[in-house]
Amino acid sequence: MRRPQAAVAVMALGLTLGLVACSGESGPPVLTWYINPDDGGQEEIAARCTEEAGGDYQIQTSLLPRDASSQREQLARRLAASDTSIDIMSLDPPFIPEMAAAGFLAPVPDDLQDTDDVVQGAVDSATWDDELVTVPFWANTQLLWYRESVAEEAGLDMDQPVTWEQIMDAAAETDTLLGVQGAKAESLTVWINALIASAGGEIITNPEAPADEVQLGLDSDAGREAAQIMSRIGQEGLAGPGFPTADENASMNLFAGDNGSFMVNWPFVYPAISDSDPDLIDDIGWTIYPQVEEGTEAATPVGGINLGVSEFSEHVDLAYQAVECIVQPENQSEYFVTNGNPPSSISAYDDEEVAEEFPMAETIRDSLDQGVPRPQTPYYNEVSIGLQETWHPPAAIDPDTTPASSAEFITAVLRDERLL
Amino acid sequence: MTTPASAAEKATPTNGKRRRGSDRSRSEARLGWYLAGPAFVIMLLVTLYPILQALWDSLFSLRLTALDETEFIWFRNYQVVLGDPAFWQSLWVTVLITVITVAVELVLGFILAMVMHRAATQLRGIVRTAILVPYGIVTVVSAFAWFYAFDINSGGYINNWFSWLPGITEDLNWFAAQGTSMFVIIASEIWKTTPFISLLLLSGLAQVPGELEEAARVDGATGAQVLRRVILPNMKAAIMVAVLFRALEAFRIFDNVYIMTNGANNTEVLSLLAYNTSIGRLEIGLGSAISVLLFLCVLIIAFIAIKGFKVDLAGTRGDT
Repeated sequence: MRRPQAAVAVMALGLTLGLVACSGESGPPVLTWYINPDDGGQEEIAARCTEEAGGDYQIQTSLLPRDASSQREQLARRLAASDTSIDIMSLDPPFIPEMAAAGFLAPVPDDLQDTDDVVQGAVDSATWDDELVTVPFWANTQLLWYRESVAEEAGLDMDQPVTWEQIMDAAAETDTLLGVQGAKAESLTVWINALIASAGGEIITNPEAPADEVQLGLDSDAGREAAQIMSRIGQEGLAGPGFPTADENASMNLFAGDNGSFMVNWPFVYPAISDSDPDLIDDIGWTIYPQVEEGTEAATPVGGINLGVSEFSEHVDLAYQAVECIVQPENQSEYFVTNGNPPSSISAYDDEEVAEEFPMAETIRDSLDQGVPRPQTPYYNEVSIGLQETWHPPAAIDPDTTPASSAEFITAVLRDERLL
Repeated sequence: MTTPASAAEKATPTNGKRRRGSDRSRSEARLGWYLAGPAFVIMLLVTLYPILQALWDSLFSLRLTALDETEFIWFRNYQVVLGDPAFWQSLWVTVLITVITVAVELVLGFILAMVMHRAATQLRGIVRTAILVPYGIVTVVSAFAWFYAFDINSGGYINNWFSWLPGITEDLNWFAAQGTSMFVIIASEIWKTTPFISLLLLSGLAQVPGELEEAARVDGATGAQVLRRVILPNMKAAIMVAVLFRALEAFRIFDNVYIMTNGANNTEVLSLLAYNTSIGRLEIGLGSAISVLLFLCVLIIAFIAIKGFKVDLAGTRGDT
């Protein structure tokens, strides 16, 4: 007769938990902040802001999945069902237009509209239809990391901006490998966008258009130049055999290995390599992302996290008060130091501790200022996956035909005429 | 299937219209409904409702982020899906995985079942447990384990261990081409689910009467003849049930592909296509159409197996 007893116990426990959940309603309103996984920094900020609020609100965090597209899937599904339990969201910038266009984001109040202290790349990524729809929190950008010994051997002056052609030649000459992301994943879109934008082009020329009127700028000289670079790296094996499946971590391991030379990657690699291989750090340098055309400033990749407030939240005003607290420059610089995620606030870079922990902080800030976001369209998922379908594996890219055929494919997908 | 029990049953005078006439069998049938009825109703609620909902949704242009633009479009989603090479490519990959895995698993599973059936009594427990271990591992976990063993970017050891084989070098990137990716996906699937087939076959083996085998041997039959003429025919029902269950399961393969390649290099399977369309693109209408087609494929497999090969799922009653 053990079973029924156990069942009763489980039911009793369920009821008690239910009651506890209900009794939580009294006291200050609880704001739920859906955060992306990090090293605990967002939770710390949530606790600090709860304390600063002095009883006006309480922030509780809830963890989203690890990769950005799964985060979007979870949030979009819940918001489409008008879920009121979401107040604040840590959002990956490329998916912000989709949420904004669907009416999932509560309008940003005037006192948070001031972006004078925010790096340009982060402002652009927080904007949809000429309006700031989210609040920039931390901003990410890719730098060009290099092994000083290899650059020296190849005779490259790294104080000057370098081009893709130069680093490809250098890798070929010194028989070393480039760290670039050739996996069929979001990182491939990041790369394609940076190359096309650096060559003066755009993936989408009218990002605000409805799906069936979107015009793609892939079939252009910029598109062909981007394709040229990617196919050369693939065909000449300049990034090693792991290239077609290499993500950011794989590139970092390659770069830190015996054949490492140059790598484009996010700043997380610096603390990661310092931890795993402290002796190597002396040989590592960094500079702005490589140019496609010599003399034309590179369009650097930007990422990061912006904070959005749900339209369906029961405490929109309080949520924005909390956001204001979260994005304070002090919080951002501390978040950088403890979690390695660079601030979107310009003044946050003046913090002494930041300069000490991250000697490349200034380069990051400069890079963020010349960043170009990925296409700001509500159909970003279609565009990004469409690019990945047609530009992967990079060795199979034909600079003469791939840009045009990928444009055709993505256009058909956006018109609901093709599957992805 | 003719077992001694069923032969005895057939010999009784109740043969023929026995079920319609007998009170006992009628009350048995009624009891059967009482017992299975609640489960049947719940099954209808949790399976029929979503199936009907998917059928209904598949007739709409329905995007989760633009619900106010929802439009009834009859069968246009099906037209798009069936007219797209991506669908046929996924279907082909899915069929290929199903056919290869089921065929290989059937042979391996049978060998393992024989081992379990015949193993010395002291070892039997250990052998059975060892064989069942892969089946007890969560598919996602086994997919990651196989992925990391083969992935050259995260230090997979397979290239190192097997570099003496022709075609395998230190630089072989298994997940960079269709053939090699499919090999790993299929191999991990076989490793994972062969125990399932071998268990089903083991129960079939146990039903083969020992005296038939003995009689065959006394008549001078070789081992191969005993296998072909006595063992296999007597466990046909068990084999067909194993094939049917595994084929239906293999056709819905998702985890391995999602984790290892996420559909890169033309390794996308139907479930992944449905997932990417419904959950990734949030195109519920188009995704539902793919799901409905996937469901139809599964129905066809079940139909072919049950009608075409006369699989009797209630074979243990012994009245076929």
